[in-house]
Amino acid sequence: MTSQIRIALRNCGIIDPEQIEDYIARDGYIALAKVLTELSPETTIDIIKKSGLRGRGGGGFSTGLKWEITRKVQAAQKYVVCNADEGDPGAFMDRSILEGDPHSVLEAMAINGYCTGGSKGLVYIRAEYPLAVERLKIAIKQAKEYGFLGENILGAGFNFDIEIRFGAGAFVCGEETALIHSMEGLRGEPTVKPPFPSEEGYLRKPTNVNNVETYANIPVILNKGWEWFSSIGTEKSKGTKVFALAGKINKVGLIEIPMGTTLREVIYEIGGGIQNGKEFKAAQTGGPSGGCLTKRHLDIPIDYDNLIAAGSMMGSGGLIVMDEDDCMVSIAKFYLKFTVEESCGKCSPCRIGNKRLLELLEKIVQGNGTMEDLDKLRNLSTVIKDTSLCGLGQSSPNPVLSTIENFYDEYSEHINKKKCRSGVCKALMQYLIIPDNCIGCTLCARNCPVNAITGERKQAHLIDQEKCIKCGACMEKCKFNAIIIN
Amino acid sequence: MAKVKLSEKKLDELKEVCKSFNNDKGELINVLHKAQSIFGYLPAELQEIIAKELHTSAAHVYGVVTFYSFFTMTPNGQHPISICLGTACYVRGAEKVLEEFKRTLNIQVGETTPDGKFSLSCLRCVGACGLAPVVLVGEKVYGRVSPDGVKDIVAEYNN
Repeated sequence: MTSQIRIALRNCGIIDPEQIEDYIARDGYIALAKVLTELSPETTIDIIKKSGLRGRGGGGFSTGLKWEITRKVQAAQKYVVCNADEGDPGAFMDRSILEGDPHSVLEAMAINGYCTGGSKGLVYIRAEYPLAVERLKIAIKQAKEYGFLGENILGAGFNFDIEIRFGAGAFVCGEETALIHSMEGLRGEPTVKPPFPSEEGYLRKPTNVNNVETYANIPVILNKGWEWFSSIGTEKSKGTKVFALAGKINKVGLIEIPMGTTLREVIYEIGGGIQNGKEFKAAQTGGPSGGCLTKRHLDIPIDYDNLIAAGSMMGSGGLIVMDEDDCMVSIAKFYLKFTVEESCGKCSPCRIGNKRLLELLEKIVQGNGTMEDLDKLRNLSTVIKDTSLCGLGQSSPNPVLSTIENFYDEYSEHINKKKCRSGVCKALMQYLIIPDNCIGCTLCARNCPVNAITGERKQAHLIDQEKCIKCGACMEKCKFNAIIIN
Repeated sequence: MAKVKLSEKKLDELKEVCKSFNNDKGELINVLHKAQSIFGYLPAELQEIIAKELHTSAAHVYGVVTFYSFFTMTPNGQHPISICLGTACYVRGAEKVLEEFKRTLNIQVGETTPDGKFSLSCLRCVGACGLAPVVLVGEKVYGRVSPDGVKDIVAEYNN
């Protein structure tokens, strides 16, 4: 049995998040005190670097290195930002940390401020997370009362304050330059890097942006030592990663696993296997920027580099399990639809290119695709990845490329045989009545919303394919299994 | 389109909000959040007033309002219904639930019923993936909703 290790989630569900005393009782704010009184900013950054911690928002950049770069930029004012704009559909790690253990993030932000020279912290959080906002507000107030935030913290002559900024429902704001513009009250459009936020960020001042989960790891590393932290995980990915298990799996919810755990252990041991005894088909990681892992990938150790090699990415930690009933072409279409809606529209490869990708996919699920369309999908995807301005466009074709790579058969079936093996693509479906099973009870005919079913009482019925809108009402009502999907 | 008449009392409240943010245009998003919670939506007339208060152009305010999906320029129904179309909800059949809501209420996404009672919208992940598929009515969360359960949810608010 694979054991989970709780580092980022160490306090979630264990302490009362609205009581700072609970957090303190579990070594809370000890790391901050230690840093302020015993360690220099350089030594602290060195510890974070040696721990091997990489950004948990998905990028995987070395956290210590990021801090060092921000520290080295000369400026009178610097900012420390927490990216809590968790927009990946199917991911809720950050929300759980902010709701369950907000002080761990505040403590880490203050440590970051001490290391990088920032005196002001900003948490950029989704407006869709009212409870997390509420708990953060309480936590900030309590930390100020205890002197962990504010002027002259713990008498060490260090000042640090934290404010909350709200998102307003734009996925692209997870990208750090877009996030910064949104905090400035502008449209959340990204800008070209460089300059990186660590050089020129919020209000054109050096800004260090880290994700919630990254911050939650910091106090533990400082308390237990970098040697301890780097002993967990794989060669290049240290520590643990929180995943939000969801989809067609028996046990859904948050898990925190050491880097290097295999997908098989996650799905079959921790997740308790696929629902209703169905067959595992794919696990999607990295949300709209990621890709699918398949049966082939069940035994590779999960870490940053292996997931990229497998054509997916770590992402922020959504892990959605799909079974034989999910159509992979439709899944690709689902993500593209998301990207098209969330593209900010600033650069044309993303704004126009993704729209064209979506149209090609729609053509295929309607049964009008050609094999040439597959080539077009691949070529266009490559162009979009190479030429888009920000991370959203640079990764948005990944779901398409990854599903073509891993489920080529399904694409070719949709195109050549006009068949969707999972029975998801409505345009390719036909509801049929098996005459031998039909007893002519008329239940289906009475429930058909468009009167497409005809037949005499006690005689086999017939579905008029022209009229049928494929709603499936007849099949749900039939008590004799006489209606099938072809 | 007829000009929307905004209540003076609410406008005073809004001006207070702007003042509390030092009439700083950098606080536009915070101001819009408050304005939407006071008025329920952000009609063009209101955007002009906010622009004036924050010393910026109405075009800038409009640009921000239309960029973010959280802000709306049309009033919501008394009970706004939102269907989560995040990935976890999607693979557990959220689309069928959405179709059933459309059929039951006889409106499309983004519309409000003629009696002003319900409006229908989609959203991306409320972070309750364990309960997928999820539907929100106002702030109340309904988990593991099936198409059959739609009728009961609507009935709850129809009395």
